[in-house]
Amino acid sequence: MSATFAPRRVWAPWRSLVVVFLWMMHLSAYTLAQASTSSPGWLNPNERRSGLDFKSEDLQTQQNDDAINPAFLWVDQGAKMWSESATPQTPSCQSCHLHAPTSMKGVALKYPQWDGRTKQLINLEKQINDCRVKKQHLKPLSYESDELLALTSWIALASRGMKLEKNIAQNLVPAFERGQAFYEKRIGQNNLSCAHCHTANFGQRLGGEIISQGQPHAYPAYRLEWQKMGSLQRRLRACLSGVKAEILPFGSQELLELELYLNFRGQGLRLESPGVRR
Amino acid sequence: MKTVLPSRRELIQNALALLSLCAAPFRARAQSAEGQSEEFQKLFLSLTKGAKIKEGKIQITIPRLADNGHSVPLKISIDSPMSQQEHVKTLVILSPRNPRPLVAKMNFFPMNTKLNMATRVRLNGSQSLWVLAQMSDLSWYSQSAEVEVTESACLDAS
Amino acid sequence: MGARILIPPSPKAGDVIDVRILIQHPMETGFRHELSGSVVPKNVLRELRLDFNGLVLLDAELGTGTAANPFIQFQTKLFESGWFNLRWVDDMGVQGSERVQCFLRTS
Repeated sequence: MSATFAPRRVWAPWRSLVVVFLWMMHLSAYTLAQASTSSPGWLNPNERRSGLDFKSEDLQTQQNDDAINPAFLWVDQGAKMWSESATPQTPSCQSCHLHAPTSMKGVALKYPQWDGRTKQLINLEKQINDCRVKKQHLKPLSYESDELLALTSWIALASRGMKLEKNIAQNLVPAFERGQAFYEKRIGQNNLSCAHCHTANFGQRLGGEIISQGQPHAYPAYRLEWQKMGSLQRRLRACLSGVKAEILPFGSQELLELELYLNFRGQGLRLESPGVRR
Repeated sequence: MKTVLPSRRELIQNALALLSLCAAPFRARAQSAEGQSEEFQKLFLSLTKGAKIKEGKIQITIPRLADNGHSVPLKISIDSPMSQQEHVKTLVILSPRNPRPLVAKMNFFPMNTKLNMATRVRLNGSQSLWVLAQMSDLSWYSQSAEVEVTESACLDAS
Repeated sequence: MGARILIPPSPKAGDVIDVRILIQHPMETGFRHELSGSVVPKNVLRELRLDFNGLVLLDAELGTGTAANPFIQFQTKLFESGWFNLRWVDDMGVQGSERVQCFLRTS
């Protein structure tokens, strides 16, 4: 503040507005918590378990040993892409973001989040492509390409072991609620909601397999069924095909909102990415 | 001294024990690919050239129920010093129910430590996985292990 | 196509060490179909060879029954420092290689 102006008392109605706004945010957070915990999709904090708990010892060993975890082939590729420039004129990711294991700590956990510039919900994949196009002047990478999976798994690795702590900002509450509604809605020819299997029947068998809680914290993951790495959205699409519902396209609003909901639902679990799943 | 005759129960038990001893050679014969498909038998013959297949030496560790047929962890341990004089020359992994039964053929060389190897195989349904090993003296050993492979619970069209 | 050769850091001469090889390869069986209906051609990592300082340790022929992203682990003993060299070729003729240096610790 400039010292040449003599201070004078002014009536500041904005102060009252700030107080009211803060009170409303508190109320919204309270309402959000109430809405979630009473919903059929919700799991109490002490009930939340990693999908790895429902898997065989062989699979657990495969995930827990970096030396034999096939996902690390993509992580290695991501590390290489991070530090290399695609062309001599292109800045590498490292030139701005420096050493990923340090600079990217906690970053993967923040997604999906609101992008102020494009005014939409984005996930880590969209953020990477946004950076590629705007800052590196490169073409975006297609969903489920080895390159995009490599970068997402390299970035996610920096947050491995950190707890999922999703705070839903005020402007994301509607998106969150839509994600929650999707999770609890019956869909597809099988007329099942996600909650039917992953909340009401986790731990039970479906065919020869034990149903998990549908937690998102191990993705991107190497899935034996795919014989390669895949994103959380690919896993959600697999579930949609499982109940014979319409398979939503990669990057669609519904899948992003579902990701947002799942990350909130899984709070307290520690990130396991890059995981290994069946 | 009084002679105690065996009871009927004891007689039956002894007879069953004798029968199980006689059954052992039947198991060994099963290792020579009899009862398998013609294609598999041809492959077996092309590898072993009709040599007598011995039992023993090979230990297979594989899950009884596979998580997913696309990737089944397999461990093979062979009782051999892997010295210059005595070592495993060739290891062959076969899956009779796969469209191409030859999974892998590996040549090893003396490494002065027991052969403990691991890999991941793809199995097209429940079957007995076969492992054949040719030693440096050109003798063949075989072993098999059963694995259950189920279809994935949900159709994945992702 | 990436690959990893994993060995323990600084083993002692004569110690039994685990050597792990992991190669990124889809190991296409030739039985899969694209959405269009056309067959994805067979392409497996046909041959691979691992040597240490030129001495061959493993020479493998793999088939469609080997899982994607082939993984092989075995044990060996080393008596000198040197390089592990891995070379492979697939059905399409694409060759790959990877090498890793192993330093034996003296004490």
